[in-house]
Amino acid sequence: MNALLAHINFRKLVITLTISWLGIFVLMPHLMVVGTSFLTHDSDHFASLPLTLENYRQVLDATYAGVFWNSLVLSGITTVIALLIGYPFAYLLSRMGRVSRTVLLFMMVIPFWTNSLIRIYAIKMLLGKKGLFNTVLVSTGIVDKPLQLLYTDFAVIFGLVYILLPFMVLPLMASFDKLDQSLIEAGRDLGANAFHRFSQIILPLTMPGIVAGCLIVFLPAMGMFYVADLLGGAKSLLLGNIIKNQFLVARDWPFGSAFSVFLIVLMGALLWVYYKANQYVQKKGGMDDQNL
Amino acid sequence: MTRTSKSRTFSGVFKWLFIGLVFLYLYLPMVILVTNSFNKSKYGHKWSGFSWKWYEKLWENDSMMQAFGHSLLIAGLAATAATLIGTLMALAIHRYKFPLKNTASSMLFVLMMSPDIVLAITFLIIFIALGIQLGFWSLLIAHITFCLPFVVITVYAQMKNMDPNVLEAAKDLGASESQMFRIIILPILAPAVLAGWLLSFTLSLDDVIISSFVTGPGFEILPIRVFSMVKVGVSPEVNALATILLVMSLTLIAVTTYLIKRQNPQ
Repeated sequence: MNALLAHINFRKLVITLTISWLGIFVLMPHLMVVGTSFLTHDSDHFASLPLTLENYRQVLDATYAGVFWNSLVLSGITTVIALLIGYPFAYLLSRMGRVSRTVLLFMMVIPFWTNSLIRIYAIKMLLGKKGLFNTVLVSTGIVDKPLQLLYTDFAVIFGLVYILLPFMVLPLMASFDKLDQSLIEAGRDLGANAFHRFSQIILPLTMPGIVAGCLIVFLPAMGMFYVADLLGGAKSLLLGNIIKNQFLVARDWPFGSAFSVFLIVLMGALLWVYYKANQYVQKKGGMDDQNL
Repeated sequence: MTRTSKSRTFSGVFKWLFIGLVFLYLYLPMVILVTNSFNKSKYGHKWSGFSWKWYEKLWENDSMMQAFGHSLLIAGLAATAATLIGTLMALAIHRYKFPLKNTASSMLFVLMMSPDIVLAITFLIIFIALGIQLGFWSLLIAHITFCLPFVVITVYAQMKNMDPNVLEAAKDLGASESQMFRIIILPILAPAVLAGWLLSFTLSLDDVIISSFVTGPGFEILPIRVFSMVKVGVSPEVNALATILLVMSLTLIAVTTYLIKRQNPQ
């Protein structure tokens, strides 16, 4: 009897905790953000009735459309560069012996144990007029006078790629690990050259890793307001800067929420692409890929 | 034959050059931080001699040290709570059937995938709605919550590998659910739980975005303090702080790796 009671209580406790914590701190607030995006701006109560689509109209308004587009472009370029560096890097690492591979992966993660804000500050020192970059460029005679690297879109992208590169490499590694080497050898035996082996076998089979990597680089990149704040110029704003500004400075919560809803919808769309890419690979004879 | 071996050496050189460049990119900023933390000169354009003075300055900077203390407190508490709750959640999802189970797993997935900026405003909105004052409690709850999915994933992966017969045997011998959890499941999962704690601790210390939204005037944590300092100009104390953080984390990893190795020799 006693044991039965303990059994029921423990079980009940665990289930209640799970449901209530996730319900109160995840499900409800996400629904509230969506709800707030349809409310009217109210400086006393943050948001109030009546319901309106005004916030979404404002998101698409010319004043914000430019900033918005710019933010998408910055994050997009960041994702492409991270992929161009991360893909060959993950490929090379995946073909190494177990020890050197573990060591290199570990070394890649070490910078992550320092606060990312502090690392962005280090990049600020690196790219400054008197920073290491310019010192080397000037002393080797490549340029006459220091370049304006800091406070440009270049610096923002440099910083974003720096922070997010490992997030690209890890899912790609997982994909490369599952890549069946015998398929590549079969391709070679059947006379496919290196380019065809890559485009017909390796690339399609690592597609889930590519999509997963892009997903977890692109979405966070849009939100990293501190990177744009510290490294960017007046115009290199990210979506995160707009949202932060609406919530903490302008205090227009409904408008800020509308921007976030856009981000949530985009996340859903990208997850759908990931799901499709996975299906595609399974059809192609690859293995199930659970990178996320 | 010679041609192949020549092109092999070439691609070998190219390979290591590429890997070297990527690591240069990853490590250069770290090297600059550590070097400048010992540099006498404030601006760090050139080396002007070894000095501990930035560490002394950091020590004397009361608001910074207080924020550092607050950050460690939040990270320690959040990691511990997230590990506890996350392990129980993993157990619930692995062992129990209950209504809304799919919703619960989806919520964990959403939590992991949502960009920090979205989580930040969801937390801000719910804290205001529930009347939770922004400060210690809001930071703690937010940090526990965003660490949860990472603990659940780590622990759940290990749970799936567990031999179900052990639990069946325990059940037959009359063990209650909570006894089974304490005496069998938890010890088996210890390495995963430890890894989850370490991951949570780092995630909590690293967070800037969510903390910026849910912090209050009464309880300042490190990223907020650092942000306001480095926005204005150069502050070499930050270099010293970064070096301390790095050494601290590396020690923590070394200790954890040792503990896991000792527990799991294979």
